[in-house]
Amino acid sequence: MAEPTLDTGANTGANTGADAGEDAGPVAPRTSPLAHLAERMRAATVTGARGVALTEWPFITMADLRVDPASEAADRIEKTLGAPLPRQCGHTTASGPHTVVWLGPDEWLVLSQGEETAVAAELREALGEDPGSVVDVSANRTTLELSGPAARQVLEKGCPLDLHPRAMGPGRAVSTTVGPIAVLLWQVDDAPTYRLFPRSSFADYLARWLIDAMSEYRGPEIP
Amino acid sequence: MLLIGCPWCGPRDETEYHYGGQAHVPHPETPADLDDRQWAEYVFYRDNAKGPFAERWVHSTGCRRWFNVLRDTVTNEVLAAYRLDEPRPELPQAGGNR
Repeated sequence: MAEPTLDTGANTGANTGADAGEDAGPVAPRTSPLAHLAERMRAATVTGARGVALTEWPFITMADLRVDPASEAADRIEKTLGAPLPRQCGHTTASGPHTVVWLGPDEWLVLSQGEETAVAAELREALGEDPGSVVDVSANRTTLELSGPAARQVLEKGCPLDLHPRAMGPGRAVSTTVGPIAVLLWQVDDAPTYRLFPRSSFADYLARWLIDAMSEYRGPEIP
Repeated sequence: MLLIGCPWCGPRDETEYHYGGQAHVPHPETPADLDDRQWAEYVFYRDNAKGPFAERWVHSTGCRRWFNVLRDTVTNEVLAAYRLDEPRPELPQAGGNR
């Protein structure tokens, strides 16, 4: 029998070690902020001429980049990304797995299909010792995709921006609010398909807000 | 609802912004030399202008940048928006006797 000790951590540590050996798998699978609403989002899908659908794209790699756009470091980063950094509000650029979204005059969000540690490390290497920052913010936001002929009408219920094609089109991304939630709103195509990037802790509310806003398109249009 | 033109993002609703008080209040060069009255005046005393008033705003749900706005406190009209590194713009119709 082991001697009684004040350091209970040593005992539990030994126990969990033994358990991990039996499982020999990942400790816990990653859970997306909206995993619990996946079924309700699927059920809220509306088809037809007034169709609209909501899905979550979890675990997109995101890196927040801050650098002086006139510096040599910005040139190196553009070379690494293979795309220029957008210089104006609303603009995005894309190259291979990366999409670069304008967040501010010296701040960008790099969305990527690549592995999160690799993307941030690549950018950090390009930045080098120069002033600026690269932070992996993949867990900061989640991604909601709203698409279908009625998608714009759903968003217009709570978004102060002009979403008409004269002002917003494919490839444009702006930070704004939908309902009371601050989101990055990116229009992907003409369907129209929008991707919304709310902070993870606000995602539950936003998804429920959108499900509610979508529900009226199930019935016939009321003139 | 005010429509404020962010110098970087363009016109957006007031709900995207937060207010930051009077603009162009310089921090004292040597705060340690101030007496209590002077320090209190720096910290708490602000103009209460009737007419054009320069104030700070931050585009909190947009680009998150601070900038200055000239707002007419009588009509609530936003007269100008300019960056922190730009001087306060001269207004052709400034003054008057409202």
